[in-house]
Amino acid sequence: MLVRQVARLAAAAQRRVSARALHASASRPSDALFVHRDTPYNNSKIPFSFTPENMKRAETIIARYPPQYKKAAVIPLLDLGQRQNKGWTSISVMNYVAKLLELPPMRVYEVATFYTMFNREPIAENFVQVCTTTPCMLRGSTEILNTVCEHLGGLKVGDSTKDGKFTVIEVECQGACSNAPMMAVNDDFYEDLTPKTTKAILDAFASGKKPKPGPQSGRHTSENSAGLTALTSKPYGPGEHCQPDFQ
Amino acid sequence: MLRIAAGRAAARSSSRPIVNAKSVPGVCSSCSTNRSARRNFSSSSSRQADITLTVDGKEVTVPQGTALIQACEAAGATIPRFCYHDRLAIAGNCRMCLVEVERSPKPVASCAMPAMPGSKVFTNTPLVHEAREGVMEFLLANHPLDCPICDQGGECDLQDQSMRYGSDRTRFHEITGKRAVENKDLGPLVKTVMTRCIQCTRCIRFANEVAGVEELGSTGRGNDLQIGMYVEKTMDSELSGNVVDLCPVGALTSKPYAFHARPWELKNTESVDVLDAVGSNIRVDSRGLQVMRIQPRVNDDVNEEWISDKTRYAHDGLRFQRLTTPLIREGDRFVPANWEEALTAIADGLKASGAQDNEIQAVAGHLADTESLVALKDLVNRLGSDNLILDQQLGDKAPVNGIDIRSNYLFNSTIPGVEHADVILLVGTNPRHEAAVMNSRIRKSWMHTPLEVGLIGEQVDTAYGYSYLGPDARALADVVAGKGDFGAKFKAAKKPLVIVGSAVTEHADGAGVLKAVAKLVQGHKAMLTPEWNGFSILQRVASRPAAYDIGWTPSKAASQTTPKFIYLLNADEVDPKSIPQNTFVVYQGHHGDVGAQLADVCLPGAAYTEKSTTWINTEGRSQLGRTAVPPPGASREDWKIIRALSEVVGQPLPYDEVLALRDRMWEISPSLVRYDVTEPVTSDIALAGLKTLSSRTAGVAISGVPLKKPISNFYMTDPISRASVTMAQCTRAFVKGENYGFSEEEKTGQASYA
Repeated sequence: MLVRQVARLAAAAQRRVSARALHASASRPSDALFVHRDTPYNNSKIPFSFTPENMKRAETIIARYPPQYKKAAVIPLLDLGQRQNKGWTSISVMNYVAKLLELPPMRVYEVATFYTMFNREPIAENFVQVCTTTPCMLRGSTEILNTVCEHLGGLKVGDSTKDGKFTVIEVECQGACSNAPMMAVNDDFYEDLTPKTTKAILDAFASGKKPKPGPQSGRHTSENSAGLTALTSKPYGPGEHCQPDFQ
Repeated sequence: MLRIAAGRAAARSSSRPIVNAKSVPGVCSSCSTNRSARRNFSSSSSRQADITLTVDGKEVTVPQGTALIQACEAAGATIPRFCYHDRLAIAGNCRMCLVEVERSPKPVASCAMPAMPGSKVFTNTPLVHEAREGVMEFLLANHPLDCPICDQGGECDLQDQSMRYGSDRTRFHEITGKRAVENKDLGPLVKTVMTRCIQCTRCIRFANEVAGVEELGSTGRGNDLQIGMYVEKTMDSELSGNVVDLCPVGALTSKPYAFHARPWELKNTESVDVLDAVGSNIRVDSRGLQVMRIQPRVNDDVNEEWISDKTRYAHDGLRFQRLTTPLIREGDRFVPANWEEALTAIADGLKASGAQDNEIQAVAGHLADTESLVALKDLVNRLGSDNLILDQQLGDKAPVNGIDIRSNYLFNSTIPGVEHADVILLVGTNPRHEAAVMNSRIRKSWMHTPLEVGLIGEQVDTAYGYSYLGPDARALADVVAGKGDFGAKFKAAKKPLVIVGSAVTEHADGAGVLKAVAKLVQGHKAMLTPEWNGFSILQRVASRPAAYDIGWTPSKAASQTTPKFIYLLNADEVDPKSIPQNTFVVYQGHHGDVGAQLADVCLPGAAYTEKSTTWINTEGRSQLGRTAVPPPGASREDWKIIRALSEVVGQPLPYDEVLALRDRMWEISPSLVRYDVTEPVTSDIALAGLKTLSSRTAGVAISGVPLKKPISNFYMTDPISRASVTMAQCTRAFVKGENYGFSEEEKTGQASYA
């Protein structure tokens, strides 16, 4: 019995040697695999369909396009599916959208793999996306990213916390450069971050609260943080400089 | 002034919705009309005026809308390219075809740029060379330098073009190395080495547009873009082998051919395929005595430049199960003999069987060539018999459609003509399996024009949408009456086409179906005009049109006679029960299949790659196959065997060489030796043919037995494909849906190739 097992192990080892690939460098995709592998949590046998409310939304979205260009609705519908499916687009979501739009499923897979905002692996409850593009980087996004990772218990970028509350990823420009550094948690932007405010935001999310989105520095929007230097006078109201007839 | 063909540019709009019923499971099982609504509206672009431009100082005139790359080609300038292919939609993503256009700030991709009147184009300037060299450097950045172990080596576009535009040293010093992409498992035919892929997307475009495999696409983006199906799937298409030809690099290569030969070792022989009745033009690549591979040859009138997987890959069947020496049955075993003994044994057997006149029967099988059919018919006729039957259901009776007039059994619309039809009615046929390459033309037409297709018979996946009208002859009556949606469309059609499968003539209800079809054709004004003949019979067996052409049919007396001597010429579909006891049976053919087992004497013939013979395709187009390799062992060309036998049985045939035999063919029908053309039947004669058809089937009642598709397994239809290992693997992978155990081997076997 034992002998046989050893022999089998030896055979397996031998096979592994002969199975060495030609290339030494591993396949190195930038953030995710671009092929689907069936897993217990992500396979085409898991049913998915829109809830009645989402179905209504989907119908409105499809109605925006001419009937023969129904396929134009693929991105909004995938987004809708992703929202319904706890923030990630499973193969079932893609297949469902394909069926709904009468497309070959591959056309949907192409779209879902092209756009990085479709998460093809499950994410945690709070999806923290720290921007590290140049303006944010110049304003200290590296520190923010490190703070986030350390504060969540030494996470690596792309990982989720064990309690399933946070997933952290690094993203490219979110278009909030004037309030750099910033991060997006789910659909909300948290801007003008410092390590301190970052921790406060994460703590609030951890305790189930939702902190106020926007600049965390006390700025209202992206106005000058040192106070206004122009347009300081009171803006005139409606009709102020008009002829009396129009006042 | 140079001119080039119009029409290529029409295949341009790349964003058409490509959907067929198969790829949308459960969505529409009944909405056949909806299916057609998913195509784009625009019909083919109308031909516009010619324009003139200057390429490298040479004036060239092309139709408006022509791609610049074609204008350059017309002017004699060779433009390097990877993604551009004149039979596929334009992608414009490889950027190799850059040219300089006057007053254009940057080099332009000539494939995606329409030729403009009066523009001055330069294809050979320093700017152009530098631009192409830059593109090539990027293409090679992630391309492995594994040409020595790559099957594409020697016929690789990238290899060839890098000779001109490639740099001799690299500037790529990434510590992470080149990109590596894992291989995909596309089935037993197409081998993938995806690391070599340069993302030209030709395979995707072919699969989606021509083959109708909409599962192939590109996933990911940028440097990570990869070609595949995203989910694990094989490429289930009868045209999948063509992606191997299309691939400009070694990413998609032929799995059965892997590491077998290099292109420069091969002898190329231009020949004709005989595994279906399309008569695809092929190039047989052989090394020594073996056929190594089969490639398509361009013929716009027949197969464009595609061939089916059976055509391409069944050739390994030529190595197995071959009859290489004459065999004589002794008790229940075969004893090898020499030719003299075998031929004498036949002469003795003929004498001993006491067969007189019509008791001598000859059976024409699927792979019988025209020369041997003519020789055998002459021999049997000289022996006083008219008992010439076909190796098919009801083959022992004269065919219901009658063979006196050619248009009654040929594909009269011609294969390119399929693209002109605006409504097609398929009766008892699945063209996808019976004429795979022709089917791609229907799909092309269906994609680009508002073509309507209706189907009567067994429901099949045709790779395009169709209205299903019913399983039997009664559905045809509705179309004749113009009932229903499709019936009305058919009535209104300007170029209607009825494609009747050859299986209909083998069907119990065949006479009834043909009666209705004849009525349909005669009752439709547009069906039969001097320009258009919309009544087409789709033959699926290579030898059948030739057999009909030479009058291979039993007389009435003969079909009622019980044979005592049977000569099976390549007949391997025979039902053993149909052969009476104590009959002397001779089998002549190249494979030890069904026919040989029944024989008293086996005569080893030559397969289609081993003889230079005439083949008539379903349109009646006569084409010459050529000898690529010699026949194995003692086997001989088939007509020579019959000629030798005629001597032994005392009725020598009057031709000793093939040219004399072709003179005899000319006597029978000149069209048999007018090669490469189809001779259309005039509409008056076609009408006369239909009238005889109507009168032959006048009193026939329809029994309503459903029409069956004749081919249940596309990959195994004849002795060659049945003997083929590759076709057996295809059967397991695609027909039975088994895991054929190839992919596992692939995963572990990589290192052994390295």
